[in-house]
Amino acid sequence: MTPGIEHFLTVGALLFCLGLAISLSKRNAIGVLMGVELMLNAVNLTLITFSRFAVSPNPIAGHTFVVFILTVAAAEAAVALALAVAVYRNRETIDVDRLNLLRS
Amino acid sequence: MEGFGPSFAFWVLAALTLVAAGGVMVSRNLLHAVLFLILTFIGVAGFFVLLSADFIAMAQVIIYVGAIAVLVLFAVLLTPRSGRDNGETRWALPGILLAVCLAAIFLFVVHDTAWNTVDEAPAGLDARALGTALLTTWVVPFEIASVLLTAALVGAIMLTRSPEEEAEDALV
Amino acid sequence: MTPFLVSDKWYDIRDLGNLSREILEAADRILPFGVVYVLAALIGFVASFLLFVLPSQLIVGVYGERRIIGRMQSRLGPNRVGPFGLLQPIADAIKLIQKEALTPTRADRAVMYIAPIVFVMPAVLLWAVIPFGENMVIADIPVSLMYFLAVSSLPVIATFMAGWSANNKYSLFGAMRIVSMAISYESPLVLALLGAVVMTGTISLSGMVAWADEFNIWMVFVQPLALVIYFICVSAELNRTPVDIAEAESEIVAGYLTEYSGMKWGLFYGMDIGYALAASGFAATVFLGGWTFFGLEQWVPGWLIFIAKTHLFYFLFIWTRGTLPRLRADQLMAFAWKFLLPLGVFNLLIVSTERMLWSEQDYAKGLIYVFALVNIVLSVALVYAWARFNGYRPEQTPTRPRLVKQAGGYIPVGERS
Repeated sequence: MTPGIEHFLTVGALLFCLGLAISLSKRNAIGVLMGVELMLNAVNLTLITFSRFAVSPNPIAGHTFVVFILTVAAAEAAVALALAVAVYRNRETIDVDRLNLLRS
Repeated sequence: MEGFGPSFAFWVLAALTLVAAGGVMVSRNLLHAVLFLILTFIGVAGFFVLLSADFIAMAQVIIYVGAIAVLVLFAVLLTPRSGRDNGETRWALPGILLAVCLAAIFLFVVHDTAWNTVDEAPAGLDARALGTALLTTWVVPFEIASVLLTAALVGAIMLTRSPEEEAEDALV
Repeated sequence: MTPFLVSDKWYDIRDLGNLSREILEAADRILPFGVVYVLAALIGFVASFLLFVLPSQLIVGVYGERRIIGRMQSRLGPNRVGPFGLLQPIADAIKLIQKEALTPTRADRAVMYIAPIVFVMPAVLLWAVIPFGENMVIADIPVSLMYFLAVSSLPVIATFMAGWSANNKYSLFGAMRIVSMAISYESPLVLALLGAVVMTGTISLSGMVAWADEFNIWMVFVQPLALVIYFICVSAELNRTPVDIAEAESEIVAGYLTEYSGMKWGLFYGMDIGYALAASGFAATVFLGGWTFFGLEQWVPGWLIFIAKTHLFYFLFIWTRGTLPRLRADQLMAFAWKFLLPLGVFNLLIVSTERMLWSEQDYAKGLIYVFALVNIVLSVALVYAWARFNGYRPEQTPTRPRLVKQAGGYIPVGERS
């Protein structure tokens, strides 16, 4: 079966939903971050798919978006992991269930 | 995208990527989850090669596997007591339910739309075209992205400094 | 210019690709579909084994390295097994295969089993994009430099897996060290290579070789500083001995290899040499002009020139390993961030400026030699100035009388209080 645009978009959609499920269900903050990275990857895959398959006067624009997403993902990972380490230093846990200081 | 090679590559990569992403979900050990995550990144890079985005594929491997995954491993090791467990929260079930519903909507949209597509890869998807686009049309976002990276770098360093280091710097 | 050898014929030994292509095309006409791929893989395997793996990996990598280091350290090195000890690597391999591959009780068995396999694969994949000669490159992709960087970021993960899965604190120390080293040394490495990319205007390794051929100059003369930075960074990432803090045996037993034994350890050891050779081949391609040698490649097969350059660069690894003492972890880290990274940025600035000037002169051929001269002077000045700025002073060899004088002079025995 020759893969077309639907196949790639299906993989991207499934990957996105897996990432969403991971980031919503994991207890560890780093696990949540991994889910977010998966979602970003899925979005990248979708953008590249459209850039390759869609009828467009300027197909390179999709690649450009992916470059920016890669940049933001790197920055986001650095800051999020720094936050995780800083929180761990203060609270000795990065369990998102137990980070509830604001709850009355 | 005709022929045996691309089809075979697609199905293998799809299986690899989705199984590895599922491994991130189900593995009990956080470090195994990170290793599965790396496998997913490599699978997505393979998809990029298949979609004639060579430069993006290589950038994906360099940034995600070489930098982000290594950072995640580092963070896992720096948070030892809570770092090993990859369990679910109490809100896991609603989250998974939401994801399943979203997947259903996505799949419906993907398969119910009549996509207007081209068969041959369009010309001008190489690294040179990407560089030209980044430095002409998209130069302002490009510069903003570099500023963002610098800000993130400084912020990450400030966040992870220990109180002792800050006290030392205050004395100087 | 076509000397006594005729190009594009299957018997032209300067291009072994022609020969294998002829064989494969002939085979494709006779054999059914698909068999030709198996045949190609077999030819590639046999050719690379005979031409490169056997002489490089075993003879030069293991035997030669140990002999040369032995000579540098006033020892003999291996000289018992076979003539001149030439069979020593084979004897070592047989011994390693016989040994039991131990796994600690509480280790993570699956990860510990996979780690050597993951470590081996990139070392083989790296060679796919390196041009051995004209048309002699397995995958001539337009982003081959990026490919090399991408694949060479994978072994870090493998070494991390090895270190973490053993459930040994020394292994974990080694893994932590290698992860932090990989993060620190990746940025100056990429900055150094960016200089070469800016100058040549391509990220294809074949394109870089073509550039060196066209302008008759090697990148090492245009950017000596970049080569120095590349060499230091690569030694750090590959855990070569002066900077091998991840397996420093005087501090943390053997780092991430502590719990490995037998052939699993042997795979790590052998592939260390494989990675060093791949890095040498990459440096020979980017900085030393690849398979070209100012016209000599018309007469001598290009792949011989390439292998010679690779081993010349590999000798630098052996040399530093045999002569320099190991650095401390914090020294290495500071060196990457405070020394190599600023120098890399300076180098990139200089190269970009030159490239701009050069493009305004329509890429005049003579100008590149001026740049080379300027850059060699600037490199030495930059290294010296940055070292002075950071407060490094050249160590002067202390002589005994001066030490005594500094301590207050020699006091005769009777007058000591």
